[in-house]
Amino acid sequence: MSEFILEMRGIIKEFPGVKALDNVNLKVREGEIHALCGENGAGKSTLMKVLSGVYSYGTYDGEILFKGEVCKFKDIKQSEQLGIVIIHQELALIPYLSIAENIFLGNEQAKRGIINWNETVAKTKELLSKVGLDESPHTLVGTLGVGKQQLVEIAKALAKKVKLLILDEPTAALNEADSENLLNLLLELKKQGVSAIIISHKLNEVARVADSITILRDGKTIETLDMKKDHVTEDRIIKGMVGRDLTARYPKRESKIGEVIFEVKNWNVYHPFQHERKVIDDVHLYIRKGEIVGIAGLMGSGRTELAMSLFGRSYGKKISGQIFKNGVEIDVRNVSKAIEQGIAYVTEDRKGNGLILMEDIRKNMTLSRLNKIAKWFIVNENLEIIESEKFRNRLKIKTPSVFQKAEKLSGGNQQKIVLGKWMFAEPDILILDEPTRGIDIGAKYEIYTIMNQLAQEGKGILMISSELPELLGMCDRIYAMSEGRITGEVDRYKATQEGLMKLMTKTRVRG
Amino acid sequence: MQVPTQKMSSHHSAANESKTRLFAQTIKNHIRSYSMVVALVLIIGLFQILTDGILLRPLNVTNLILQNSYILILAIGMMLVIITGHIDLSVGSVAAFVGALAGILMVEHHVSMTATVLVCLLLGALIGAWQGFWIAYVRIPAFIVTLAGMLLFRGLTMVILEGQSIAPFPKSFQNISSGFIPDVFHGDSLHIFTMVLAALLSLLFLWLEIRKRNEQKKYGFEVGHQAVFIAKLIGVLAVINLFAYVLATYEGIPNILLILAVLITVYSFVANKTIAGRHIYAIGGNEKAAQLSGVKTKRVTFWVFVNMGVLAALSGLIFAARLNAATPKAGNLFELDAIAACFIGGASAYGGIGSVSGAIIGGLVMGVMNNGMSLLGLGIDWQQAIKGLVLLAAVAFDIYNKNKSA
Ligand SMILES: Nc1ncnc2c1ncn2[C@@H]1O[C@H](COP(=O)(O)OP(=O)(O)OP(=O)(O)O)[C@@H](O)[C@H]1O
Ligand SMILES: [Mg+2]
Repeated sequence: MSEFILEMRGIIKEFPGVKALDNVNLKVREGEIHALCGENGAGKSTLMKVLSGVYSYGTYDGEILFKGEVCKFKDIKQSEQLGIVIIHQELALIPYLSIAENIFLGNEQAKRGIINWNETVAKTKELLSKVGLDESPHTLVGTLGVGKQQLVEIAKALAKKVKLLILDEPTAALNEADSENLLNLLLELKKQGVSAIIISHKLNEVARVADSITILRDGKTIETLDMKKDHVTEDRIIKGMVGRDLTARYPKRESKIGEVIFEVKNWNVYHPFQHERKVIDDVHLYIRKGEIVGIAGLMGSGRTELAMSLFGRSYGKKISGQIFKNGVEIDVRNVSKAIEQGIAYVTEDRKGNGLILMEDIRKNMTLSRLNKIAKWFIVNENLEIIESEKFRNRLKIKTPSVFQKAEKLSGGNQQKIVLGKWMFAEPDILILDEPTRGIDIGAKYEIYTIMNQLAQEGKGILMISSELPELLGMCDRIYAMSEGRITGEVDRYKATQEGLMKLMTKTRVRG
Repeated sequence: MQVPTQKMSSHHSAANESKTRLFAQTIKNHIRSYSMVVALVLIIGLFQILTDGILLRPLNVTNLILQNSYILILAIGMMLVIITGHIDLSVGSVAAFVGALAGILMVEHHVSMTATVLVCLLLGALIGAWQGFWIAYVRIPAFIVTLAGMLLFRGLTMVILEGQSIAPFPKSFQNISSGFIPDVFHGDSLHIFTMVLAALLSLLFLWLEIRKRNEQKKYGFEVGHQAVFIAKLIGVLAVINLFAYVLATYEGIPNILLILAVLITVYSFVANKTIAGRHIYAIGGNEKAAQLSGVKTKRVTFWVFVNMGVLAALSGLIFAARLNAATPKAGNLFELDAIAACFIGGASAYGGIGSVSGAIIGGLVMGVMNNGMSLLGLGIDWQQAIKGLVLLAAVAFDIYNKNKSA
């Protein structure tokens, strides 16, 4: 048997109007962690879907060898039988089922069609301890955070006797502690002989866990590097991905800070269903013209809830407090009022809250400000095409035209549509919730540049991010949040990761 | 592989290539509605042959329009409901209830026709508001609210009619459904006014199409080949004028056709070209995202049901006028015909997809089949069974198409 557990040769996959994969080769050694890197739309997810049988044999060209044998998968089931398990970019667990039910979904521990629940639960316990998740098998998955759900996905993979585990951007939605946890688990599994392919835009993670790395660009294999032998650095990977040296991660900006443009006072929000639970507790904050303000907080600290409650009260109940724009109190009872007042909110959940997947790019881009291209409530479609093309070009969204449906785009390009949609709305205050999640290094740089441009134009920007380096690199000022309260405010020059971390984990003294 | 679309106006080969690709894409997107048009033509052709040419005789074409008008009107409203991701099972009962009210007002209390029609449409709006309130604001699933409405309004119909039919309606009211637009030119064997109208309509269509093309040129977009454009124009003009000619050799344009034409035009326009239309599609596509884009999701949903109520009332009036009676059984199963028309016409059961023209085509497919099978002497029993199969086949074909293009 060869040293490679997997060989993909000359894979070509075309969609109408797009050649997503153009003669791609990928070789993964037995027992290694192999990283797959590339810009948004490079074809990473597509390649993994080909491998796992999501795109069945015959819909692509090329050859797949697993453990030296040619594979012609018709569906996922067949690849899973051989131990190839994929965890998709978007999690696929069923929120209303328990952990145990999810893990053995489609793989039920049953005899003659009757499920043996005792065995199911026992096996689940075993798997959960393997992935280091301390939860009851009966817990509903919907009540778990994303980090824990990710672990359930892995447990589910282990239940299928996985030989080759594929993770598509597993840490994109995780905070640092959870990411750390997950990466350690991967290393642990490696010791037990599970090979893995990991797709990630977080290159520090790649550098930490991967043994080798294959770089894709525009649907082609650029190179495969051996992390140890080739002394691969993050900069080296970036060079392979974008085809040139990227000197700085964060574009420079001369801050021209003006008057306070946006101010929040005494902001309190309660949970929408548990009416006694205070989610946001007496928040005060302000943004000045031309300023980029960060919010650092762990998952569950209330940062998204704060942003959404400010944006036309789209989250929470019993909201109280005041919002001022340019010193005048404004009424933002609902989202359309907030938009009228020049507030925009770029959601962290692009599929759930940001996009209408079945509609084309053009209609998604213009939805929040249709009156801009309408006269007497009639939409000028020609103007709409011109305008959306403009943003497609400015954001370098990879797609043949603005008539492409949003669901057909790669994850990172979808994120860019959401951003473009709110740039089209021409807000004065832009709230960005994890704006670079799942976005490649090059595109991140572009988005930072655009943020800087918007700031230069005198807009106020509030940026929520789980990545502290990003906040430190971009913001003039950073608020730290914990348990729904602002626990500190630091200036760009005084801020450090350690200092922020301390503020973000500060808990209330209960007496 | 970045296509320089900014230079769309220039005639770069790359831009051209992207345009052809784009064209192919739009064709693909529309393949469903086109294939239903083709299916409709085939069905018409089939029955034309099977019935020895009776199907397309002027008398029968006129009948076809009269027979199907009330379902088509319901289908227009239903399409909007389905696009927002809901359903309305109550429309048949509402139509009956409104018809009953019209009977009581006009036949028993001798209220004038105009007043009656206005009151009835208002009642429809109120019923729609009632159901829309529960669905949009209280968030009870439309299936349940309108199922309740179906029972409620059928029951109320029987209550107010005391189980009896009311007839006959005044002549002027019957005219809505059975009258024709008078020929001001008093043609002999040919209804001249109809042909004049057709000519005017043709000119209007020509003007709109040419204006649209010029507009696109002005914006610097590639427009399709001139020959294709002209062929399309000639095709449409031929259909308009032939159809008018067929009608003109009988009694001309039925009043009801005029009402239908206005409704189809207005609703297509609203759905495709206006902000309200965009909002309706957006809600069906992803309610959460729509809401976070400033769409007033509750309000729009509410008004979609109010609109459905008004159209159901209109449909009930037209049915009563055609039957020349208000009966407790009126409108039975109309809701299912209207819903079927929408799905045959390409609506998605999950919301967000569908078109007014699709609903009309779907309604016509069913209408022609009903009519054709009746002409062949097939009983209601078989008609029902065959319609069921057609509905299933149409949607299966749709799903097959989608999987193929994925
Ligand atoms: N179903 C589809 N139909 C048409 N085009 C598609 C489809 N799926 C993917 N594509 C296109 O194929 C290309 C590769 O997409 P893919 O999702 O593999 O990118 P990716 O490398 O995973 O990017 P990201 O980092 O943004 O997730 C993109 O240009 C995308 O628009
Ligand atoms: Mg991807």
